[in-house]
Amino acid sequence: MSIRIPPVAARGLALGLPALPTVLAVATTVLLFSVFLWAREIPVLEAGALIYQGAFGSTFSWENTLLRAAPLMLTALCVALPARAGLIIIGGEGALVLGGLAAAVTPLWLPALPASLMWVAMAAAAMAMGGFWIGLSGWMRQRRGVNETIGSLLLSYIALAVFRHLVEGPLRDPASLNKPSTAPLPDAYSVGVISDTFYVHWGLVAGVVVCALAHVLVRHSVSGFAFSIVGGNVRAARMIGLPVNRLVLVTCVLGGAAAGLAGMFEVAAVQGSANAALIAGYGTSGILVAFAARHNPLAIIVCAILLGGVEASGSLLQRRLGLPDATTLILEGVLFVNLLAWEALNGRVLHWRIHWRERGRTPAEGVVQHG
Amino acid sequence: MAEIDYSVLLLALLAGAIRVGTPFLFVSLGECLTEKGGRINLGLEGILVVGAMSGYAVAYLTDSAWLGVLAAGCAGGALGAFHGVICSLPRVNDIAFGIALILLGTGLAFFFGKAFIQPQAPSLPSIELGAWSDDARVRSALSVNVLFFIGVALTLLMHWGLRATRWGLVLRLVGDHAQSARALGYRPALVRTLATAGGGFLAGVGGAYLSLYYPGSWNEGLSSGQGLMAVALVIFARWQPLNCLWAALLFGASGAVGPALQAVGISSGYYLFAAMPYALTLLVMYLSCRPNQTLSGAPGELSLNR
Repeated sequence: MSIRIPPVAARGLALGLPALPTVLAVATTVLLFSVFLWAREIPVLEAGALIYQGAFGSTFSWENTLLRAAPLMLTALCVALPARAGLIIIGGEGALVLGGLAAAVTPLWLPALPASLMWVAMAAAAMAMGGFWIGLSGWMRQRRGVNETIGSLLLSYIALAVFRHLVEGPLRDPASLNKPSTAPLPDAYSVGVISDTFYVHWGLVAGVVVCALAHVLVRHSVSGFAFSIVGGNVRAARMIGLPVNRLVLVTCVLGGAAAGLAGMFEVAAVQGSANAALIAGYGTSGILVAFAARHNPLAIIVCAILLGGVEASGSLLQRRLGLPDATTLILEGVLFVNLLAWEALNGRVLHWRIHWRERGRTPAEGVVQHG
Repeated sequence: MAEIDYSVLLLALLAGAIRVGTPFLFVSLGECLTEKGGRINLGLEGILVVGAMSGYAVAYLTDSAWLGVLAAGCAGGALGAFHGVICSLPRVNDIAFGIALILLGTGLAFFFGKAFIQPQAPSLPSIELGAWSDDARVRSALSVNVLFFIGVALTLLMHWGLRATRWGLVLRLVGDHAQSARALGYRPALVRTLATAGGGFLAGVGGAYLSLYYPGSWNEGLSSGQGLMAVALVIFARWQPLNCLWAALLFGASGAVGPALQAVGISSGYYLFAAMPYALTLLVMYLSCRPNQTLSGAPGELSLNR
């Protein structure tokens, strides 16, 4: 190559390159979605403006977006943490609803407690339930070789059935007539909003904090390093004596606990009781958030807010342009497909990255090595 | 009613096994075809929904149920080919892409299906095997849809085709050892893409059965994991088309337990009975899988057996 590039720029290129597949995926998604809208004779620019307005255009939109982003961060961790150990878990929805149910019944079965203690008890119940449910998938995989993707989704369907059965049967509040629910949470125990001028509940703070903790765990702790060895090469992990089964189980339980916590906040801060409104697809969207963030907990925070925004704008698209609410589902599907398809570029990216990093050191070295 | 009429219950179970099991049969045959080539397509769940929607829409617009089935198959085949092509790129995980396809397929079906929730499309015809009986219940139980017979014929065809034809051997070779296939001059990526497209076609037809025969109309809650259960069913059936038939009937029967109990007057625990097929699938997978050991009959290239 004869073009002269200053070392600093080359180093910058090497640093920025890993983002290339994601950037290309988003760009292709926008393009394909625009073509899709255009083919349906829908004003593309107006739709784009509406998505922005519905997601981030006003304080109200921001509240709506962040309200959705909070559970998404936690359900995304349910995918991302097991993914560190090489598992594809997609049953977060089941862990969320069962966690929510556990949180909803805790105050009914415990004596009256100060609110803060009760919140701890509710969160513990929800996380234990969620952790157990996803842990079951991990256990079946390690014990019997049951594929965890299929297993976790089947468990999720079973969880939804058990949830519906309990909420409409044994645990139903007789006073809830046309919307079967568990007994409503006493006002003293409901989780409030962060500030009176900004109506977003504390679940958002919890989501961000848990994501940050997860980041420390996977990037800056010995266990986190062990997870990635298991995820990278199981044989090597066994050879150096790592407790593979236990590590896999731990990632699953932690992921499930995060999803369960999301259910607790949905019950304690949004719904006020466990009912069918908990089944809102946060588990499914969480899968997309985790893949978009490439299972990086800090990136999950950003991706959850972006996807929460897209979902929040759905009702505005419906009202102004008469688009069905499945429109955002299509956008999400196209994005997911593109994210995975552009993964094909990763091999090249690694190659380019080494190349540009070499050139970034000293100009002479770069030329000699790639003559 | 204190006493349960067991003959009615059994009849309802048998009829249900065929009625509920037929879509399982088509999707599992499709998944079997795909997996014989060494790939897993979890997206069959999404393809099933797209097949149900497009089949219903075309049947309504053309007033012909069979054109609907054809359209559903073609839509499924197109999505299957899409999965096949993208997964031929390096570093693309077929399982993850299947999940993406579920999301995309459901989105497309719900988007375009909005207009077809109300109208009534023609149904697929059935064959009255119970015409000899005077009992209306027997007759309704033995009224079996034509697609079921087509499915049985396809099972036999696939059983023979995979064993005795050149195409079947090439597909199995690609699925067992892609490098050998390449050495013999075949192109594994192409073979797999074709197998995935064929599998998508069958899953689409299975979807059309859902919307055009039983339950018999298009709505957004039509499919609930049948596509995913088919993946588990193929493992249970050890990648043998004939076993797929028995497994599909077994799963159909488990799905029919709830309605059959309702027919004799037991209606509590509706949701729990509806979850029977999932529990059965899990149980079957738990019992039939073994850790650290490839299952007999499993294609060697399948990422399920890493």
